[in-house]
Amino acid sequence: MNAETINLNPASTNTMAIHALLHLADDSLIMGHRCSEWCGHGPILEQDIALTNIALDFVGQSRHLYQYIATQLQDISNDVALTLIDFDILPEKINEDSLAYLRDTHAFKNHLLVELPNGDWAQTILKICSFSVYRFYLFQLLQKHTDLNLAGIAEKSLKEVQYHVKWSSEWIIRLGDGTHESKSRMLQAIEFLWPYMGEMFEPVMYEKVYYHLDDVTYTSLKNNWLDKMNQIFEQATLPTQSLNQWHQTGGKIGKHTEHLGYILAEMQFLPRTFPNAIW
Amino acid sequence: MVSNQQHTEDAVWQLLSTVKDPEVPVLSVVELGIIRKVCVENSDTVTISITPTYSGCPAMDVIRMQLHMVLLENGFKKVNIEQTLSPAWTTDWMTKEGKEKLKAYGIAPPLPKQAVCNPEVFQKEEAIQCPQCLSYHTHMVSRFGSTACKALYQCLDCKEPFDYFKCH
Repeated sequence: MNAETINLNPASTNTMAIHALLHLADDSLIMGHRCSEWCGHGPILEQDIALTNIALDFVGQSRHLYQYIATQLQDISNDVALTLIDFDILPEKINEDSLAYLRDTHAFKNHLLVELPNGDWAQTILKICSFSVYRFYLFQLLQKHTDLNLAGIAEKSLKEVQYHVKWSSEWIIRLGDGTHESKSRMLQAIEFLWPYMGEMFEPVMYEKVYYHLDDVTYTSLKNNWLDKMNQIFEQATLPTQSLNQWHQTGGKIGKHTEHLGYILAEMQFLPRTFPNAIW
Repeated sequence: MVSNQQHTEDAVWQLLSTVKDPEVPVLSVVELGIIRKVCVENSDTVTISITPTYSGCPAMDVIRMQLHMVLLENGFKKVNIEQTLSPAWTTDWMTKEGKEKLKAYGIAPPLPKQAVCNPEVFQKEEAIQCPQCLSYHTHMVSRFGSTACKALYQCLDCKEPFDYFKCH
């Protein structure tokens, strides 16, 4: 069997690793983009700055991941790399920019949760909090990964994620335990976003293969997340939640909501219209 | 200009200490603690290993370019700059001189103990000393400041707002 057939096999370790890394990178990029949409629209200046700082952390994390994917792809033949990534415009070079800008919605592997619109402040806060708590527990596991590059990225990101968890959970408590209006907004946010939470705890093939996490670890990841979220909800005098209901899935295998297309249209417009544009 | 004979690792560290953090221009990249390794491979080639402060810190690209420039100007022909992510950068790596320079510049230096770097909510805030009047009677205005590495504080005695280089 030659190298190409090994790599093209959808279950090969290479394919699984690249897809899992793309999934992590896409999650960070789309989160970063959504947070950046608040720039200039925050309720007060300090919180506007907080959100753009968080956006910067996410975009920075996605850059580390895309850069790492690009170096991985340089070790395999170009045809195989192009097939693995599923570009819709053939890039001159596979690098962080072409990975971010030259793939269409079906090639993106982010969770549905992260692409949902920001909505109001409560919805944005709940999205950042739930995703950051998930990342907090996931990256604690991944920083021990045998792939030292991934472990390094997880270790680095973890320090930033802790700030995001702290900042966003304090806001949930303020809003939930605040006024009648702020509480009702939090309740609406939970109702709207909750059906998208389950996808984080339903690993697809590439996560199972590449993360090397067994079912027990996955179950404890889910339980830790739910315990932490409920602890925050209790402090916020909001009703605790469970993950037993039906939930949305599909993002991780490229089946997205209509919202992702609009994000990409805005984010990718410039590099597609003016290829190789630089600052 | 450093002649080829002087291309020792010590000489390279000296050169690197002339490169400032563009966002905190009193601090050199050495004092900031982001240079992890210097390896002079031969009289023409040097490899530098750097680690970012924050994943998305936009100053890193500028720093990388400045490192290239200063080494090329001083006789190296090939400069490799590698990135190391692990172990992750911490403000504990900032030198004592660096912390003093920050304070003199008007930025409260990071506290040594990483007490606020955990996700527990509504922790009691640590007392950060005002770099202007040295009072500890200060309060946090925002956990996030003008750059990723800073938080915004205000002194309740002299009323001056100031940046705190947060511990990380």
